[in-house]
Amino acid sequence: MSDTGIGAAVRRKEDFRFLTGQGNYTDDINRPNQTYGYIVRSPYAHATINSIDTSSVKEADGVVAVFTGEDMQVGSIPCGWGVNNKDGSPMNEPFHPALAQGKVRHVGDQVAIVIAETYAQAKDAAELLEVDYEELPASINMENAVNGGPAVHDDIPSNLCYDWELGDEAEVNAVFDNAHHITSLDIVNNRLVANPMEPRAAIGEYDTATGEYTLFTTSQNPHVIRLLMGAFVLQIPEHKLRVVAPDVGGGFGTKIYHYAEEAIVTWAAGQIKRPIKWTCERADAFVSDAHGRDNLTHCELALDADGKFIGLRVYTKANMGAYLSTFSTCVPTYLHSTLLAGVYTTPVIYSNVKAVFTNTVPVDAYRGAGRPEATYLLERLVDRAAREMGIPQDEIRRKNFIPTDAFPYQTPVALQYDSGDYFATLEGAQKMADVDGFAARKAEAASRGKLRGLGYSTYVEACGIAPSAVVGSLGARAGLFESANIRVHPTGSVTVYTGSHSHGQGHETTFAQLVSDTLGIPIENVDISHGDTNKVAFGMGTYGSRSLAVGGEAMMKALNKVVDKAKKIAAHVLEADAGDIEFADGKFAVTGTDKEMAFGDVALTAYVPHNFPHDELEPGLEEQAFYDPNNFTFPGGCHICEVEIDPETGVTEIVSMSAMDDVGRVINPMIVEGQIQGGLAQGIGQALLEGAVYDEDSGQLLNGSYMDYTMPRADDLPSFKVGTSETLCAHNSLGVKGCGEVGAIGSPPSVINAIVDALWDLGVTDISMPATPQKVWHAIQDAKMAQAAE
Amino acid sequence: MVKISMTVNGKNVEGEVSPRTLLVEFIREHLKLTGTHVGCDTSQCGACVIHVDGDSAKSCTMLAVQADGSNIITIEGLANGEEMHPMQAAFKENHGLQCGFCTPGMVMSAIDLANKNGDLTEELVREGLEGNICRCTGYHNIVKSVLDGANAMKAAE
Repeated sequence: MSDTGIGAAVRRKEDFRFLTGQGNYTDDINRPNQTYGYIVRSPYAHATINSIDTSSVKEADGVVAVFTGEDMQVGSIPCGWGVNNKDGSPMNEPFHPALAQGKVRHVGDQVAIVIAETYAQAKDAAELLEVDYEELPASINMENAVNGGPAVHDDIPSNLCYDWELGDEAEVNAVFDNAHHITSLDIVNNRLVANPMEPRAAIGEYDTATGEYTLFTTSQNPHVIRLLMGAFVLQIPEHKLRVVAPDVGGGFGTKIYHYAEEAIVTWAAGQIKRPIKWTCERADAFVSDAHGRDNLTHCELALDADGKFIGLRVYTKANMGAYLSTFSTCVPTYLHSTLLAGVYTTPVIYSNVKAVFTNTVPVDAYRGAGRPEATYLLERLVDRAAREMGIPQDEIRRKNFIPTDAFPYQTPVALQYDSGDYFATLEGAQKMADVDGFAARKAEAASRGKLRGLGYSTYVEACGIAPSAVVGSLGARAGLFESANIRVHPTGSVTVYTGSHSHGQGHETTFAQLVSDTLGIPIENVDISHGDTNKVAFGMGTYGSRSLAVGGEAMMKALNKVVDKAKKIAAHVLEADAGDIEFADGKFAVTGTDKEMAFGDVALTAYVPHNFPHDELEPGLEEQAFYDPNNFTFPGGCHICEVEIDPETGVTEIVSMSAMDDVGRVINPMIVEGQIQGGLAQGIGQALLEGAVYDEDSGQLLNGSYMDYTMPRADDLPSFKVGTSETLCAHNSLGVKGCGEVGAIGSPPSVINAIVDALWDLGVTDISMPATPQKVWHAIQDAKMAQAAE
Repeated sequence: MVKISMTVNGKNVEGEVSPRTLLVEFIREHLKLTGTHVGCDTSQCGACVIHVDGDSAKSCTMLAVQADGSNIITIEGLANGEEMHPMQAAFKENHGLQCGFCTPGMVMSAIDLANKNGDLTEELVREGLEGNICRCTGYHNIVKSVLDGANAMKAAE
């Protein structure tokens, strides 16, 4: 292994610019003659707009223009995934306007854009906009929405987007009828706000000379935005629309989607023929960034007398919010129900999902997307079943694990896992967590009046999203391949153009390691370029832990083409047969001779082709590849959480968090560990701290700021114990699986199971996320009251 | 409009601002020093932390006019050309950043913490960074970076 190749903890190439204040985020960009936009949003959850009077706004200082829905008559913001109902009929798919058309459907819905010479002028003038709203009753809570609540969309009185199922309900019910034991749980998967630290921003620009539009935007996937906005909303053909996603300050899913503001500034720039910058304030981000999770689930696990899982049935209501965000519909279905086998051999599974419209912000994928929800309900059920049947937590898991020699393993819920070793990750995590010493630590804590608990989560997830043929058959309206272009310059340095997008993942380093390793050139000679549709051929972007497993594989494919071409060039110069050329350590050598040529010399020759046989060999050294994966990848592992609870205050302290994950081959262990640590923090945030709370009458988001929504801070979290245990992905050349989401997927149930473990002897059997001190304290008091009453 | 002048990263600067202009707006929009970031509107996130007369301050919480006559250091004022400040170097070495957006404020807070505490501990660092939110790293590597950076600063004295 070289010190910059595969497996090396190379320090990040991107860090210098970020650490010295030279990052280039969207709001850092200023265009000549730029104006500033302020978006006026609905203060109501549901209202009819009788009229909008813009006259005072237009007269205000510095105002350039104001546009409402009446002015902006464009296409619907599209949903990228069609899901069918049980009966095969298509889902309900309401019109999603960029600017409200006569009605607003959630607090934060876009009503108008005010454009002025300065941001302050735009914001001041927006105060003068007179909107005559007629407030309507709203559906905020999902249960109410599907039980006769006010219709969010007039043409969908049921408030149901779809009623979908996977599996044979009758077959599963028959298994339950003969089960030795049934464990049941009602689960709330709390609604989260992704909260990347960089708020969304967009700059729209129109070039009157060329007729070309440019959009700078905080996106995880600029080509996807170009396609969705260009083809569906604004009808701008690709060659007249450039989308640039420069440095992006975190995404976590919420920057995947095509947002109304992107279309608004692009369209409006065409109207006023000047660039328009819009930057979201945090308060507006809370009511306009797509939220995550928000499922209500009833689930049941059937077991035989030996503790083997024999059946699982799951009934979920998933909140879509007021409109369908780009990938909203696939999250609770194909990214959730297909994961319900988990790491276990459960033979029959049934899942029903009702997707519900409410007068709330649209809900879509947030780190893990569907898989954390599946893992959470499953691991809570397993934990409870073990307690009810008196089986140790590790034993019930080992008893039901998919055997290590059973791969490839076909689950009853559509997926085929290619590789994994769940026994190894469980054992590894148990060692890291010093499970053997837990009893002594619990006794010591008890001597101080504290309650200790230990919780397990053993999980698998599906990422490396995704084989186009599979997702296409399931309703995806796009392919999920990736592209890469390797441009070898005449002096042997390399620029890679990748369709993946880095917004914290360190692609500029990890991808450069692949190139350095494959071509045998110094990592300093490699630059990774991404995020600009005018530079990169095409790209589906970064989400679903797909960058290395799909984007990296595309790069490897293109690199192999470069090596093949370079061998032909070397063969020509060295007067040998291309088949006799070996390439190793950056040198092309003729087998069995001392004739060789360095990579840089081959590169130079490619661009100085003075005696090339041009009918056989083209000049230049640049190759492109598209890669479509054969299957999803399946990282898995075990997270063990140890908590200490103060029964007097209900405060839960995480004293130890251990994660042993199998993410396949590790290219850069430093970056992988960082990704896992960040995921763990978001998982712990969900379990202990975070949850978006709506007022059920007014539909106002009650905790829409950092003073109210509890973001995890440094002193809320412990140092983590993180390790990796490799089994290689069987269907890609690198053997990589993906590490971006495992932390957030595996950890929440381990935290809650640990809390339940600590409180079980008091009679507390369940606690919902987020397990705030108030909630834990009340659970303890309620249990004490119940015991006293007995 | 009000005329103000101050020293920013060792240079004298002047400007004419509206009285309501926030210091962070002056730094980003007037001085074009875009390394200082804005991540919230309630003075919680700390992405805008700079040093004002030797103390860390959230530049979204001060008016530009309040900084008239002050000596200000922003993230752009730490490195000496290619050579990073020991705290910046420690963040790189310990992978204390991912997306980089909270990083400038985090580094400025960390330097102030190191300056004002003799011996930093993990607990002190976690408490000291209460006003800086990072969504990417889970803070694990930030804490390591700050402890390392503080030691390096001490060694460089």
